Amino acid sequence: MKRRTFLSTTAALGALSLGLPGLAQAQEPLKVGFIYVGPVGDMGWSYQHEQGRQAIEAEFGDRVQTTYMESVPEGPDAERALTQLALAGNSLIFATSFGYMDAVMNVAAKFPNVKFEHATGYKRAENVATYDARFYEGRAIQGTIAGRMTKTNKIGYIGSFPIPEVVQGINAAFIHARKVNPAVEMKVVWAYTWFDPAKEADAAAALIAEGCDVVMQHTDSTAPQAKAQEAGNVITFGQASDMSAFAPMPRVGSTIDDWAPYYIERVGKMLDGTWTSDATWGGIGSGMVGIGEITSAVPAEVKAEALAMADAIGKGEYHPFTGPLNKQDGTPWLAAGETPDDGQLAGLDFYVEGITAELPK
Amino acid sequence: MIHLERRRAASRFWTLAVPVVAVLATMLAGAGLFAALGKPPAEALRMIFWDPLLGPNAEYFRGQLLVKAGPLILIACGLAVGFRAGIWNIGAEGQYIVGALSGAAVALALWPAESPLIFPTMVLAGALGGWAWAMIPAFLKTRFGTSEILVSLMLVYVAQNLLAYMAFGPMKNPQGFGFPGSRNLQQYPSAHNAELIAGSGLHWGVVAALLAVIGTHLLMSRHLLGFRIRVAGEAPRAARFAGVSPARLIRFCLGLSGALAGVAGMFEVAGPSGQITDSFNANYGFTAIIVAFLGRLNPWGILAAGLLMALTYIGGDLAQLMLGLPAAAIQAFQGMLLFFLLAFDLLTQYRIRWKGART
Repeated sequence: MKRRTFLSTTAALGALSLGLPGLAQAQEPLKVGFIYVGPVGDMGWSYQHEQGRQAIEAEFGDRVQTTYMESVPEGPDAERALTQLALAGNSLIFATSFGYMDAVMNVAAKFPNVKFEHATGYKRAENVATYDARFYEGRAIQGTIAGRMTKTNKIGYIGSFPIPEVVQGINAAFIHARKVNPAVEMKVVWAYTWFDPAKEADAAAALIAEGCDVVMQHTDSTAPQAKAQEAGNVITFGQASDMSAFAPMPRVGSTIDDWAPYYIERVGKMLDGTWTSDATWGGIGSGMVGIGEITSAVPAEVKAEALAMADAIGKGEYHPFTGPLNKQDGTPWLAAGETPDDGQLAGLDFYVEGITAELPK
Repeated sequence: MIHLERRRAASRFWTLAVPVVAVLATMLAGAGLFAALGKPPAEALRMIFWDPLLGPNAEYFRGQLLVKAGPLILIACGLAVGFRAGIWNIGAEGQYIVGALSGAAVALALWPAESPLIFPTMVLAGALGGWAWAMIPAFLKTRFGTSEILVSLMLVYVAQNLLAYMAFGPMKNPQGFGFPGSRNLQQYPSAHNAELIAGSGLHWGVVAALLAVIGTHLLMSRHLLGFRIRVAGEAPRAARFAGVSPARLIRFCLGLSGALAGVAGMFEVAGPSGQITDSFNANYGFTAIIVAFLGRLNPWGILAAGLLMALTYIGGDLAQLMLGLPAAAIQAFQGMLLFFLLAFDLLTQYRIRWKGART
């Protein structure tokens, strides 16, 4: 029945721009839609967003009805998927990949009554909010553990793409590794993918062959973990999800994207009518970034040091980018005690002093 | 015992019937797959094949059908001409990327100037880019006898890396806060391949696809060159005796399919996609190969096959959304279509005989 009315109201295409008719009906559960860039079984990025969706269902039960579409490519397909979700009556839609940004803006303009949440983007509108996590906070802790534990003094880093989010992570890891171990060097391999087990395994193998005994990854598969396990004496950190299957060695810690608290909060705001377009950038403090269990392979004093830092970051007492810090070319970036504002971090496109690798431009 | 007996000539009946049988077989096997996943099979099939055309909100989906089918048809028409001549361009995906890059390069270089000449120049650049990329395997084949199948396929990966390089480097939006991806051409009026009628899905790329269908039809059935192409494919030796130059034919077929793929990429980047990003290519170049065969390498067949393929994409999304079918099930469903097509194709060349071997 509802479908019928739906059909007639959208009979003319112009009606698309009028937004959603079905919304006014009370008693109906709030419909929440998700699009994922990967399969829900990727055990990394999309998997964590799916965990967040399930948390919404668990929290609100009958009051919400959620659907998702997985493996939606960025570009026109995303625009169609978002339109389909909006046409199907979803009034809150989470678009969980950076590349969905322009598609979200286009569809949001056509459905002013539908609220959109775009992960990791920077474009907002009345009905488009953005959210992102301060992954670099987790990297600072990884850097500390890595700097203390490396024997070859070579840390490998598998980069996905040279974008600010990834550059923040490399810098944060390096700064904190150097802090506890001045002899540390950082090697970066760019995989140019977010999820490609074969490429990630190659990258890890190359880094291990170069003598790295720590491999960090900003890609989402567990392939580098498996490579490190084969090598035996290499440590790694879980990325996006906990990857605890590889604990206690090689995985000694992790950076977990925990979207559940944010998703529950935003759905709650939709339910009580207080949703507004915001830009959220959560970290360890708000629970959006988790550091997983630091395993027994890490010496107790190192673990204590890492946990103390996580605690300080979470309380806002310590910022992972605290001056004095120079840019890679030696020019000053932050004076002693200075911290960057979020705008500066969001556009970070240079390495800090001491990293010898070259950042692709 | 089942025996296969070669037919003296390909069966005309089966040539036309195979695609229909393959689609029906895919539906049946797909229904089994969906049922095994615990989803109602009839409803899933209705959502894939019926709802996008005549179900709720079909006005929107019919337009999207054109958007999705346009590039497939455009690319498949070019490929079919080559396939008829026995020239196997498997790298349309790469030519599509390079065409898009060339078209976008024109627009990005001229931004923010406005002129009615910009869009036609982009179309030309797109065609030229795709053509040039296809000329690499053509040159290597005519000069060194390399396989155009391997070379054109490998060049797809080269093109993908070129695309990533462009999205992160020279073509990156200077106002994009360091994030990858070019300016959005949808926001550049002179370069925007907009819908010709708002909401219809009809853009210049769809028009070009229809022209390509007509053009291919005229070429293959009314033109001497089309005759030569068919002869070259069916009887290469005879073609050579008739004075057909294999090298010229290779250059023509690869060049034509490359140019059409390039134009398709250009229309896509200037229209529905809008942006050069590292994930801009959406496998149109590979899917078009299925479309070409499903359409029996015939332009009108390709038109129907392109629309059918687009339907499985859009309906597949719908089934995923409404029934919670996993994306992989939809992909497997699409794959089955090619599988059954190739399997049943046997019937055009062979007939099945039942023989009581041991009586």
